Parts: sequence; C-alpha cells; structure tokens
Amino acid sequence: MSTRFFGKRIKRNEDPRLLTGQALFVDDVNLPKMLHAAFLRSPYAHAHIKGIDVSQALERDGVVAAYTATDLGDYWQPGPLLVAPPPVKDIVFNERTQVPLAKDKVRFAGEPIVMVLAESRYIAEDALADIEVDYEPLAVVVDLEKALQPDSPYVHDDLKTNIAAHVVQTKGDYEAAAKDAALVIERRFLYEHGCAAAIENRGIVAEWDARAGKLTIWDTTQAPVVIRNGLAGMLGLSERNVRVIAPFLGGGFGAKIMMFYQEEVLVPWVAMKLNRPVKWIEDRAENFVATTHERGQIHQATLAVDKDGHILGVRDVFLHDTGAYAPYGLTVPLNSQCTLLGPYDIQNYYSEFTAIFTNKTIVTPYRGAGRQHGVFVIERLLDIAAKELNIDRAEIRRRNFIPPDKFPYDNEIIYQDFAPLSYDSGNYEPLLDQAIEKIDYHKFIEETQPKLRAEGKHVGIGIVAYVEGTGIGPYEGAKVQVMSSGRVSVVTGVGTQGQGHFTSFAQIAADHLGVRVDEVDVITGDTDQFYWGAGTFASRGAVVAGNAINEAAKVVRKKILKLAAEHFEAPEEELEITDGMVRVQDIPRMSISLGELAGLANPMRGAVKPGTEPGLEATNYFGPESGATASGIHAMIIEVDPETMQIDIQKYVVIHDCGKVINPLILDGQVHGGVAQGIGNAFYERLVYDENGQLLNGTFMDYHLPTSLDVPRIETGHGETPSPLNPMGVKGAGEAGAIPVGPLFAQALEDALHDVDFEILEIPLNSNRLWELTQASSQPDA
Amino acid sequence: MKPAPFEYHVPDSLNQVLSLKREHGEDAKLLAGGQSLVPAMNFRVIQSKVLIDINRVEELSYINEDRKVLRIGAMARERHLEFDPLIDKWTPLLAEAVPFIAHPQIRNRGTIGGSIVNADPAAELPVLMLALDARLKAQNSDGERWIPATDFFDGMFTTTLATDEILVEIELPHIPQNTGWSFMEMAPRAGDYALMGVAALVGLDEAGKCTRAKLVYLNAGDGPVDAKAAAKSLVGETLNKKVINHAAAHASEKEITPFGNIHASPEFQRHLAKILTQRALVAAAIRAGEGYIQ
Repeated sequence: MSTRFFGKRIKRNEDPRLLTGQALFVDDVNLPKMLHAAFLRSPYAHAHIKGIDVSQALERDGVVAAYTATDLGDYWQPGPLLVAPPPVKDIVFNERTQVPLAKDKVRFAGEPIVMVLAESRYIAEDALADIEVDYEPLAVVVDLEKALQPDSPYVHDDLKTNIAAHVVQTKGDYEAAAKDAALVIERRFLYEHGCAAAIENRGIVAEWDARAGKLTIWDTTQAPVVIRNGLAGMLGLSERNVRVIAPFLGGGFGAKIMMFYQEEVLVPWVAMKLNRPVKWIEDRAENFVATTHERGQIHQATLAVDKDGHILGVRDVFLHDTGAYAPYGLTVPLNSQCTLLGPYDIQNYYSEFTAIFTNKTIVTPYRGAGRQHGVFVIERLLDIAAKELNIDRAEIRRRNFIPPDKFPYDNEIIYQDFAPLSYDSGNYEPLLDQAIEKIDYHKFIEETQPKLRAEGKHVGIGIVAYVEGTGIGPYEGAKVQVMSSGRVSVVTGVGTQGQGHFTSFAQIAADHLGVRVDEVDVITGDTDQFYWGAGTFASRGAVVAGNAINEAAKVVRKKILKLAAEHFEAPEEELEITDGMVRVQDIPRMSISLGELAGLANPMRGAVKPGTEPGLEATNYFGPESGATASGIHAMIIEVDPETMQIDIQKYVVIHDCGKVINPLILDGQVHGGVAQGIGNAFYERLVYDENGQLLNGTFMDYHLPTSLDVPRIETGHGETPSPLNPMGVKGAGEAGAIPVGPLFAQALEDALHDVDFEILEIPLNSNRLWELTQASSQPDA
Repeated sequence: MKPAPFEYHVPDSLNQVLSLKREHGEDAKLLAGGQSLVPAMNFRVIQSKVLIDINRVEELSYINEDRKVLRIGAMARERHLEFDPLIDKWTPLLAEAVPFIAHPQIRNRGTIGGSIVNADPAAELPVLMLALDARLKAQNSDGERWIPATDFFDGMFTTTLATDEILVEIELPHIPQNTGWSFMEMAPRAGDYALMGVAALVGLDEAGKCTRAKLVYLNAGDGPVDAKAAAKSLVGETLNKKVINHAAAHASEKEITPFGNIHASPEFQRHLAKILTQRALVAAAIRAGEGYIQ
C-alpha cells in the first residue's frame, strides 16, 4: 500500500462533532416516559443488614418502584468472573464477585442496597432519604497487613481468610544468584490508591421494546460486545435481541470495563420489568465510591547486583489490595509482577504476591493497570544501587538493558493474557541516548545543576525506563465497505474511549482504498453494527482492531481492482485507485468512481456469480498470538522549594517506542494525557481511607487532579522497532505516558533535595509528605 | 447530588430581601454567588427550606470611594475586586490577595459578602477584613448597625449576624502611609483552599522602626486568626532577620491552632505559617520603604 496517511499528523475526524457539542454521550439519550434510577448506598464499609424498610419511599409522589436484593428473586446472582486465574502452578484463587444489591451484609462503603425508580432523579434521590436500613456495623478490614492476621475480621466470612489469591512465579534461581552479589539492597515500597476520575461518570439508559422483543442499552462501557453477550444470558434473551451502544465516552481509562457493574445488571432488568425506559447517570459522589479504584500495594523487594551494577537477581514479595470483590481476576497484580522486569536482562527472579480482600471499593485495572507498581520497585532499587556503587543513574540502566540481538526475549513467566511473557522486539539504548540528548543530561549534571545549587536553588533531574506489554488478544474484527456514495465505512466492535479511533482507523483504510481520511466513516461501539469483539483496554485497539481493518481493507482493494478490471476489460496491474476513483493508467476517459463501482457490485439484473458476494466489502479478524512490547524513557527536571515543598516541573521529556506510528499527533496526545495522569498519581492524587474504611476525599475539592497549571509542556521523541507479531508492525501506546512517572518523581526529588539524606519509597507524594520524609531523616539518630 | 426540595424567592430590592428574611428567619438561606452554598445543597449537607436569591438586587453591587473610606456592596463579585482600580488604590493588600481566591470562574460568581458571611476559616476574605480593619454594615427591616470585623466572626462558619440581618456593605479605610503589605498562601494547586496563608501589614517611621504591624492567618483555627502578640513584638523594632524570625516563630508556635486535614498535618501547617510569615514580613517591610535590614 502507499502510505499517504499512515504515519502522518492528521487532525481528528471526530473533533468537529465533539467541539460543537454534536457528539452523543449516554446522558444525551432522553426517551418518552423515561424513569430515573437512584441507588441507596451503604454508609458503612462493613455491616450486617438486619432489615430494610422502603414503605415510606414508595408513598412519595412520583416514586414508581423500589427494589432490594430479595425483590430480585433468581435474578440476584454474583457477577461473572471476567478474567479467570492464570495457569500458574500451586495458585490459590478464591473467587468472590460483586452482587447486584447487597443482601445480608455490605462489604464496602458505597455498595448499592436499594434501587429506586421515580419520575425524576430529584424525586428518586428524595426517596432515598425515606428508606430505613437497620445496620449492625462490623469490624472493618482496611490495612493489608492486618488483614492477614489471625484475629482479623473477614470480608467474605465463608472463606475464613481474606486471601483472594496467592501466586508465585520464578525465573532462574534468585537465591543462588544472590550469593555472588557485591551488593544486596532490600526495601519496602508503598503504592497507594487512586482512581481514574474520567470527566464523564458512568451512565446507562435501557429501553425495552416489548413488540419487537428487543432491548436497547446505551452504556458508558469500553466493551459493548461483552456487555451484550452477558446481559443476553442473564436476561434470557438472544444476543440478536439485545443491542448495546457505547456512544462517545468522556474517558474510561479501564474503570469503564468492569463486567458487570451492579447498575449495568439492574437498569436493563428493571426497564424490561416496568416496560419503561430507565436512565441512571452516576454522579461524582457516587463515582468516587462505586466506580472501581486501583493501586494499593505493599512490596518487600530485594535487588542483587555485582560490583558494576549488573543485576544478578530480584526478589519481590507483595500484597495487593483487591477491594471487596475481585471480578477482574488477577490482571493488576500479574501486570505488577511481570512489568517489574522492565527493559532489563534479569536472569533470576522470584516474585510472590498475595491479593487481599478489604472493605474498600473494588480494584480493577486503571491506565497502567499494575504496571506502575512494578516499574516503581525496580527503578527505585536501581537508583539506590547506583548511589551505593557510585554509578551514574542513566549508566546503570544502560548496563542492564536487554541487548537488541536478544529478541524475542523470554522472561519465562506468564503474563496477564496467559501467554508466556516474551518481548517481541525492542532497542532500548537509542531511546536512552535520545532522552539524554533532549534533556541535556550531562550538561545539566556537570554545569547547570552545580551553578543553580550555588545560587541556593534546589533543582533535580530524573531519568527512568520502562516497558509496556500491549496489544494482547484474543481478537478484534472489522468490516470495511465502499458505500454507494463512494465513502468508505469501517465498522468494528472494539469500542472507543476517546483515543482518536475515528481517525487512526480511517487512516489505515484510506491508504488501501485511495480515499481521503475524512471520507472514511468509522463506526464503533454499536453491537448491531458489528457482532464480534472484546473491547478497548490494555493498549490494544490500534494493534488488534487496527490490523483487522488493515487486512479487511486489503481484501476490499482486491475486490475493487477485480471488478474494475472486468468493467474496463483492462488488466488489474494497469489500474490505480486515487481520489476516490479507479483509473486505467494513462487513459483519462477510462475512470469510474468508487461509488459507481459499488453500485456495479450490487447488480439488480443478471446474477451474482457462484463463489462471489455482492458489494465491495470484507470482514476480517485479527488475533495476535501474544502482546507487543512497547518501551520508553521519561526524563524530567524539577525544582523544589525546600521550605514549602512546592514543585515546579521545568522540563519533561518522553522518548517512546511503540513500533510503527499511525498518527503521531494522536500518539502525542496519548502520551501527554498519560503523563498528566502519571503526574497526578505521583504527586497529587490519593484516595484517603480512614480506619473505618470511609473514603475521606470523595470530591474534586479534596481529590486533587493535576490541572493545566501543574502539567508542563511535554517534549516527545520516538524510536521505532516494528512488532513482528502483526502485519502493520504497531504496538500499543495508551498507557505508556502514565507508567513510569512515580519513580521519575522520586528520583528527581531526591536529586533536587540533595542536601537531605532521605529515600522516597512510596507513591503518591504531596508537599506535606515530602516535608515529613525530609524531616524524619534530618532528625539525629534516636 | 440533587438538592432536597426548597422554596425559591427572587426579590429585586433590598427591602423585599429584608422582609423575606424576617418572615422566614433561620429557615431561609441567601443565595449570593452560590459557590459554597450550591455544592453544599447538592450534597444535601445543607437542606434549607427557603432560598432567597439576591442576585437581582442591584443596589448591593458597587465599589465606591467615599471621602475617607472605600465602600463595597456585599454583592460585588470577587472578579470586580480583582479588576477595579479603586481596590488597588485604596487597599493594595486586597488586590494582591483576591487572585488567590479559587479560580477565575468561581470569582466571576463569588461575592465579597457571600464569602465573609460564610466565615470559612480557610477563606481569604475574612482574613483580609481583619487585616484591613474593615467595618461591616448589617441591616434588617428595623434598621442598620456597623460591626467591626474583629466582632463579626464567631467561630467556624458562624458570624454575629442576627437571623433576620443581612450583610449589606463593607467599609475599608485607606492603608496608612509608610505601610507595607503582603499576602502569601500555600495551596496544593493554584485555586485550592490554602493549607496556610497570612496577610501581613507593617508600618514604619522615618527612622525605619516599626510603628504598627498586623499578622492574620487563614486555616489556622476556627476563624481568621489575628496573631496580636507576634505583631506587637515587631513594634519599635528595626525589621531584621532575627526580629522577623522571632515573630514568625511566635505566631506559628503559640498563636495559631491549625487542625490539620488530609493534605497537611498541623505540624506542617505550623511550619508553613512560619515560612510564609518570614517571607511576607520581608516583602511587607520592603514595600514600606526599604524597611528590611538583612
């Protein structure tokens, strides 16, 4: 194919619609006779429910119905397990998934107990205050380490333990390798809770058409096809009688793919039961407790190195907070376990984790999805080793990089997709060199920093590396079709959450079919348009759906050329497709538009020949055997006010390798957004729970997202090692920006506050915490 | 996050407001800028039976010079304070501090009277009223009275206004000659409630000795905290590092009582108070006319 559009910085097809307010979001769906749902949520993190009285609520004007768990009858079932446990030897896995409405006990503050339906959301919320619930508060499981003590209360009583899972994975022999170490470093690392905080909260509108026997659901989901399949099963409907539409989403970041949220199960059910459309839009207060969280882990990690800083082995034992239920299986801790190995040639690895149930909001993947934690641990250990051995921070990384001739590189453990953790390709040293050059690393350390320090300024530099497993299976599909207007339609089931699919997918098809990018209409997120698919998660859209589109477009191109060759009675080799026309080279009068050709492909007389199909269209599926591994380097210069501990990021550089790039403009946007979330994760955003399991900062006044003033201009650069695992050679990029920001902050802040002897072993930080850490170390030894 | 039901009134004159307030008493809340009240209603933290929207009472929105004082109507928006040249002319401390109040969008709606009456210990305007020796005019349908700022604030989110009274005007005197000022605060992000903040004023005589001083803190107790002893320790002194550091230490250790929150421990708040006081006093002394001696 010619590459007129692939690889170009092209403005997004979807932006005019989004910027002029024409894009459809779930809350824009308003239907005649629509009811509004509101949920009574538990104020307690852990309590028995001894009784529920909804009679007062039902008497309120405008209230139509109220349902408790017992009112659901047989429909009340724990949700499905979205991801089964991985095939790891001796794994312990206790499956406990969320229920639609809490029945006998509540397990986290915010768990829904009663669903109220009313003529307006206002009335529905008024009615919530009319409901009386008799709670018997129980002792609460909040702290991960206390949860394992024998006197701890249990989140799930029948388990007689709070252990959700226990997994050991090894490569080589850490103990043997550590014997020869010149230096062994052991530290305890903390990583605390945060949340995705998408600008759009969740929402569901469901409409039951009794005459057609068809249920239509507008849902803020990243995986409409999977939601369709699940709901059809639960509601006893054929998949063809359920249509799930995931329209434009105001961000998902992983939190909008949790099968199934309680409200997702209940709202369609009640729309059928009452035979009226029902809408539920999550508000921000609900979002903080009812939409899934991420990030709580405690690591005890050991690094063994030789005298030159070469890694001999790593041992890591960690606890993972999975919240009250674990519907997403072990994706997050597996990602932590696997991503810790990073871009480094580590031959000996022992990794053990225990996932723990607590009385907190459910934990599922959020941008980075556990990878952050692993990267934080290995990058910090390398920083400490570099300091101890007096080796430059960039240099110790360089010495440990997997060399380019060692790919594919087998890490001998199982990844989140259950395939062996094998890196398909990569070339890390040039990325490091590019970062060093862009941030002027050596000049900063040798000239700038000493000069600034002499002026009393506290300015530090950081440089860290990471890999990101992307583009995992199982598959996605796409249908590419030339319409009678000559426009091209690309339909896929992957779903979208704002990544620019309407443009990047269009670019792929446009090159094959000789049309402009804005002549390609991408349709996604509607199960009636495309039946098959998995969803948009794990940085996989461009890899998996992108390659399906690529293959389908190739087939359509062949069909165009074949039909045009018959039409002109000319050999295919003499045809060209440009500007929406098929032309016989050098014969200007012999040309036909793609639209006319599409008409010829759908004849009203004559007969379609055996073995052929009408139309200029093709459907294709792509399923990579394993994920493609992207990689990168982040570097930063930061100034700290050593008295107030306020920070000022002066320069931020991202060098990134995600293989072939479809649209560098969109990629930059992905990286910028990821870095912004990473900065939030590193220094601003932290969900604070008290000892009773109450979230103390469930508002944007107290949950601090970085603003445009806190996120600096980000300079990007690219490396390119095409993935051999897919024909386009692409790798995912969705999460890269967010992953290594924590250890970058830690390293740069320690460097800036060089005159204080302290270590940063936890994320997130803030000014107060930074001050505490520096105070603690400046106290004389007790 | 929908408010509980309430009765809504939209009067367009002060007299109507006062009679509604007398009629409904404690059941009624005034809706000024709504930047604190409306979120609290949406969270149902406040469930007021009656809401009196005073946004159409134009007679309460003004900034005027009188002969010896500046008069500001209670409904003047914070954005007006930010841009009206009279504010900078009369009380440059206020002009310096207003941009620290939340975000521009909030200042577009938020009013000076609303913020003062809300009496949030973490808010800037109550602190500035104390620092600037403001007088506040309260009115009910029987008449009016003037309350000095020092007698206006009565603990957390509480004032000495009677239930049928409303704040109608703020009167500010000129900052005296040879007086320097500074407002400093430290917030996690621009626009957040500050973890700590201080308004500082110092007056100097011709010899460079301090004749008067004022240090008022936000988020340092259950209202704006006037650190009188620390301020007094500066009077009669030449403002050098030692004198300033002593006052900063006294104020931060002895005179404020920060409660701490999830963003800052009381210890960090006290530390910030010390640092901000040192910096603010240096800045104020320099503005007062080269009053700071290294």
